[in-house]
Amino acid sequence: MHHEARTRVNDFALKLANVNGTGSASANGLLLQAIFRMGIPVSGKNLFPSNIQGLPTWYEIRVSRDGRTARALDYDLIVAMNARTYEQDIRELRPGGYLLYDSTWPLDTALLRADVRFLGIPLARLCNAAFSDPRERILMKNVAYAGALAALLDADMTVVERLLEERYGHRKGLRESNSCALRIGYDYAIANLECPLPFRLEKMDGNRDSILIDGNTATALGCLYAGATVAAWYPITPATSIMDAFKGFCGKYRRDPETGRNRYCILQAEDEMASIGMVIGAGWMGARAFTSTAGPGISLMNELLGLAYYAEIPAVVIDVQRVGPSTGMPTRTQQSDVLKCAYASHGDTKHVLLFPADPKECFDFAVTAFDLAERFQTPVILMSDLDIGMNDWVVPRLRWDDAYRPDRGRVLGTEDLARLGTFFRYHPEDEDHVAARTLPGIDPKGAFFTRGSGHDKFGAYTETPDDYREVMERLALKHRAAARSVPAPVIVRRPGASVGVVSMGSCDPAIREALDELARRGLAADYMRVRGFPFGEEVEAFLEEHEIVPVVEMNRDAQLRSLLTLETRVPKEKLRSVLAYGGFPLSARTVVDGVLSRVEVPRGVPR
Amino acid sequence: MASPGKPPVVHPALERNALGLTLRDYEGSMSTLCAGCGHDSVTAAIVRAFWELSTPPHRIAKLSGIGCSSKTPTYFVSGAHGFNSAHGRMPAIATGANAADRELAYIGISGDGDSLSIGLGQMVHAIRRNVDLLYVLENNGVYGLTKGQFSASADVGSKSKRGEPNPMAPIDPVTLALALGATFVARGFSGDKAQLVPILKAGIAHRGFALVDVVSPCVTFNDHEGSTKSYVHTRRHQVRAVLADFVPPAREITAAVGDGEATRVAMHDGSVVRFVAVPQNYDPTDRRAVFAYLQDQRGKGVIPTGLLFLDEGTPDLHEMSATIDVPLARVPYEKLCPGSRELERLQEEFR
Repeated sequence: MHHEARTRVNDFALKLANVNGTGSASANGLLLQAIFRMGIPVSGKNLFPSNIQGLPTWYEIRVSRDGRTARALDYDLIVAMNARTYEQDIRELRPGGYLLYDSTWPLDTALLRADVRFLGIPLARLCNAAFSDPRERILMKNVAYAGALAALLDADMTVVERLLEERYGHRKGLRESNSCALRIGYDYAIANLECPLPFRLEKMDGNRDSILIDGNTATALGCLYAGATVAAWYPITPATSIMDAFKGFCGKYRRDPETGRNRYCILQAEDEMASIGMVIGAGWMGARAFTSTAGPGISLMNELLGLAYYAEIPAVVIDVQRVGPSTGMPTRTQQSDVLKCAYASHGDTKHVLLFPADPKECFDFAVTAFDLAERFQTPVILMSDLDIGMNDWVVPRLRWDDAYRPDRGRVLGTEDLARLGTFFRYHPEDEDHVAARTLPGIDPKGAFFTRGSGHDKFGAYTETPDDYREVMERLALKHRAAARSVPAPVIVRRPGASVGVVSMGSCDPAIREALDELARRGLAADYMRVRGFPFGEEVEAFLEEHEIVPVVEMNRDAQLRSLLTLETRVPKEKLRSVLAYGGFPLSARTVVDGVLSRVEVPRGVPR
Repeated sequence: MASPGKPPVVHPALERNALGLTLRDYEGSMSTLCAGCGHDSVTAAIVRAFWELSTPPHRIAKLSGIGCSSKTPTYFVSGAHGFNSAHGRMPAIATGANAADRELAYIGISGDGDSLSIGLGQMVHAIRRNVDLLYVLENNGVYGLTKGQFSASADVGSKSKRGEPNPMAPIDPVTLALALGATFVARGFSGDKAQLVPILKAGIAHRGFALVDVVSPCVTFNDHEGSTKSYVHTRRHQVRAVLADFVPPAREITAAVGDGEATRVAMHDGSVVRFVAVPQNYDPTDRRAVFAYLQDQRGKGVIPTGLLFLDEGTPDLHEMSATIDVPLARVPYEKLCPGSRELERLQEEFR
């Protein structure tokens, strides 16, 4: 049996097991924010069910002074508030770990583990004594365990109290209840339990230039700053909070000061076929327009994504990926729409994809998506996922350059048209194989007929093979050209690296941590995180450079590996898949084990 | 086959509208539809309506889905911006376009397959949103491009060209639109251009969704004995129930109400729709009464035509969304981006 020999500061993981619909989210968020405010790098992962009330839900908090934000699999402390998951929760504790439970009721002795310490607090009894409203009694149990954790982990109570003031200061009753419940838990723990535990918090200065934000909020902010004016959507988990946030920001920043009227229009569509249609209509008119969705919505949008591709209309789609196929597991994360998005629609179609890894990149890439959509007159899909979109991440502060102006691409105005004499929609093309467009209503000379049916380079209907092919070939070249404009891959090299790991998106923190661990064990690996499709020369070069390329991704069918195989010169034997697709955010251990099982390990490297 | 252009010769004696344009300036390419197709008559009525209204061609956005009907935007106003989109998806694309630029005149052309089957959901929701769009549904009860299948508007017992009767009840776009709260509901007949032109003009002037269901016979697949969407059947059963006259903003209305006139409705752009003749006790602004009348006539096998219902008071998409007057697509970027300092300030909320 292993016991902690000394105190660990700012380096541990908690798991909070709850029943959903009991108000635990707000207490858990309070803890997370308090730790963040103490200047300690932290991450929170919400593992929640597709349900409103009554099913198990977990919240994991990882405290890491080194900035490790991937999901931890070793829990030092579990708060077991859901009797139905006691057994599983207790099993997941590391040896020497602690289990905090509600001792109002006795714990089944069959659940006891010799290498785990049980901390009982009669939360229900204490809250029943302090509160009379039945709903409040349930809600405040959460705040009470947050108070106990503050004591056990040595959190700064002034920080916690200030947060309560900020959150509930405008509602006196709620403020007092929360404060009271917090104290109940805190005082009980101080009086009855060993405080602090051998792992604890200590103020540091790790977050001075960071914020705590979820990816969907950051995405919405990116759309706001990019100048999007039309948004169409159909409610879907896990994308819904993008439009909630966008609406909130627009209410704040997009009201005409004189009339009070809106400089935006949000359309809640009847389905995703309609929402992408609305985006295309608005894009045709020259507005920056977007839709937010998840996999099932992407399936429905396939038809019109092909129309926008072929008719060359800018459109921004944000896909917050979740577990498929079909309804799948809507509240769990995956990267399983990669191939579907890359080639969405019937016929020969290819789209521009962006792969953000965290909320900061969601913000930045949302802006990039609008620029690329207009520059290349084509749909651009921002491939977020549930982990990025719905969890709170500590990321560097978002930056904005006031010199930024939208890249509207090649749009002809009245003067251009006068100079030009005759306007043809798809001719001539520039070095990126993009032809100039006009916006409806601007000038009589700019009128043209947009069509999803076969057309020649002049925009006229055609059924002539050569004329049809000429346009399709230019579209392929245009897509290829976008490789130079999508965000370059992030490449991290290590001296003596024998393998080159490739991944994307939210896998990033787990991979960085895993590669450090592998290096410690003697296996140095380079790392490339792709951030855009089509793949550019740097992607090609990295693949060429390495004889063994483990590709880490969160889907069953190795979709990124497939895309690399199809769209680069890499021999597919070099690419070795490490797949994790059960629906929870990736952890370093999974990557370490996966990589080790896919490479010939040099002698001496412990598996 | 691409539709051929028309020779640009204009007879000097042709009448010109307020913009100095002739009817020819509102035409499009040559139709490639079958000779005698009802849709071509509808096209001619659209050409005349826009010409009479003197709408600048490039300020017209003409959209369609897929089908014979949806080919027709090519055949009118070649100076307009056109969008021949995907089957049943025109309403959403028109909605997005209208959201982005509220100033253009929007006309959507659809058919009974495009609107009542694959695109029923989108049409219904465009009606709910009261998108400012003239929606012309060229209704022939049959799929033309795929050669003769029944559409959802085929009447019970109406026979296909092979002689098979249709067993299912039809979806009637007029009563459907009324039930949904549509603000402008009309039915025309492609063979009655005199009635159709003022309906189209009023539909363009209407601020909101204007449904114009036009019985437009398919000469190739649905103009035979036993079809209830043939020229012969329609001529026999059509009743010009409501006669409306469209008076543009500039023109003075000389006739007084009561002079054989049931009622008049002022449109938002200052024009007026005069209901010149209606059935006894018929009020074209009373939704329930119009609905009851239509049900009654339907039971009698009559096809009432005309501008059947008009409500100019319900807010359109932009009023419901409280958008600014300036088209959203034309708002300068400076008015859309809160800037770096605000971003810094805002991020204190994420600390």
